Amino acid sequence: MTGSLRAYEHWVASYRRVWRGSVVSSVLNPVLYLTALGVGLGKLVNHGAHPLGVSYISFVAPGMLAAVAMQIASFEATYPVMASIRWTRVYHAMLATPLRIRDVLLGHQLYFASRVAASSGIYLVILTAFGALHSAYAILAWPVAILIGIAFSAPIAGFAAWAKKDSWFAALFRFGIVPLFLFSGTFFPVSRLPEGLRQLAYVTPLWHGVDLIRHLTLGTVTWGMALVHVAYLVTLAAVGLVLAERSYTKRLVL
Amino acid sequence: MSDNGALIHARGLTKRFGALTAVDAIDFDVRKGEAFGFLGPNGAGKSSTMRMIGCVSPITAGTLRVLGLDPGRDGPAIRGRLGVVPQLDTLDLELTVRENLVIYGRYFGLSRKELRARTDELLEFVQLSERADDPVAPLSGGMKRRLTIARSLVNDPDVLLLDEPTTGLDPQARHVVWDRLFRLKQQGVTLVLTTHYMDEAEQLCDRLVIMHQGTIAEEGSPIELIQRLSTREVVELRFAGEAPTIEADVFDGRAARVEVLPDRILLYTDDGDALVPLAHERLQPMSVLVRRSTLEDVFLRLTGRTLIE
Repeated sequence: MTGSLRAYEHWVASYRRVWRGSVVSSVLNPVLYLTALGVGLGKLVNHGAHPLGVSYISFVAPGMLAAVAMQIASFEATYPVMASIRWTRVYHAMLATPLRIRDVLLGHQLYFASRVAASSGIYLVILTAFGALHSAYAILAWPVAILIGIAFSAPIAGFAAWAKKDSWFAALFRFGIVPLFLFSGTFFPVSRLPEGLRQLAYVTPLWHGVDLIRHLTLGTVTWGMALVHVAYLVTLAAVGLVLAERSYTKRLVL
Repeated sequence: MSDNGALIHARGLTKRFGALTAVDAIDFDVRKGEAFGFLGPNGAGKSSTMRMIGCVSPITAGTLRVLGLDPGRDGPAIRGRLGVVPQLDTLDLELTVRENLVIYGRYFGLSRKELRARTDELLEFVQLSERADDPVAPLSGGMKRRLTIARSLVNDPDVLLLDEPTTGLDPQARHVVWDRLFRLKQQGVTLVLTTHYMDEAEQLCDRLVIMHQGTIAEEGSPIELIQRLSTREVVELRFAGEAPTIEADVFDGRAARVEVLPDRILLYTDDGDALVPLAHERLQPMSVLVRRSTLEDVFLRLTGRTLIE
């Protein structure tokens, strides 16, 4: 573990050079989205009774939180991982020292998790300001968001190490991340999806994250279902880490 | 250390990538305090050998001991005592010069306090003190190379591995790097370097091996190799256009060897001046230069472009 912390220090030092831009977008993005969707679109959705049982902003805000965790983790685990292998060769520098593949991998994952933690933490504070949190359990949405991040960043880092070209990432986002973003219950309940697509949504990772976070912020969580969601995400993260270690080894140990 | 006291000990060391044999059963020993060179053209197996010594590339076959340890088992422990200057710089371009050293030192588990003093010392050594707080990106190639060398010394290594330390640098920058490496050698640091520059090998190496197609073609000190494999002097004949085609016995057997290159002809002889009049008379070169033999001449012979042997 100490090895991965040393690798992590590298990423923190690099981040200190660019933190301003990322903090601005971490604050600005949720404010813009919540204003447009929660307040603006919400006016139409909430018209008359609340068809979702709650105001639209209270419905969409937790979905956005989960989706943002996914997006940050996914983006961080693609180009920067490929860059560290091929362009900046940061991983190679680390591996010439006592650090091992596992340290290099975990150090970077720890950094992705930190990025997700910072952004989702800011997001939760903003949600409080928008009055979109309805339960003290909402605090648990924070670690869940971080878990969602790792469940994406671990397998995607493995994919990024294995990928032959960076154009593969465009395909990953187009056919993977964007559809998940749109159809995992982020903006509307999965129950409104047609038969077949609905079942598909239930097995996607983001839906588990969205559903868990939403029940936490609305205070409607049932612990049995929460356990299923957490187990799903933990499994994805663990399998992702194992695969990523293999993929890193194949790419870096020649 | 290994049985014969060598810091690095290799027997039958082999590296294969699929069907390609990059390093083919080579034997060598590097002794404490010496500067040892792997000389050879691109693709000769130098970098693969260095990567195995650096414990970043597993060996395919044979025996390798580094600092008496087995790279397959003790990789992290060995790497903790090595300094590595890779062929391609792996500096953090967005970080400052000093941050590069500190972060790298942290990989070795050195404390930030230790590193504060150490970085000042190292920056002084590679003459980058004034640039300590500048980002790395705009530095010149020579400065980046010096920073990479400083970084490789952060853990006070027992052995410094340098893979083509001056490739791509201008002549002045190369001399600065050589000067620093020479000082390290004087301080007793064991240097292992690869190069395809003959002058670099002559400047820095106590002993070297010449690699060719994955094997070791020759081994010795620069002087020994020149004496054994070349003549004392070389006469270089330059021509305005292409060098003329010549008969093998154009110098009546007075040149030990004749090498025909596209624009010049090299005559290998122990007495260069004696051949000059004959060369003028028979080949009408544009210019004639008598110089002492270098490793380059050794190398040309070993890799085989010689007309007469």
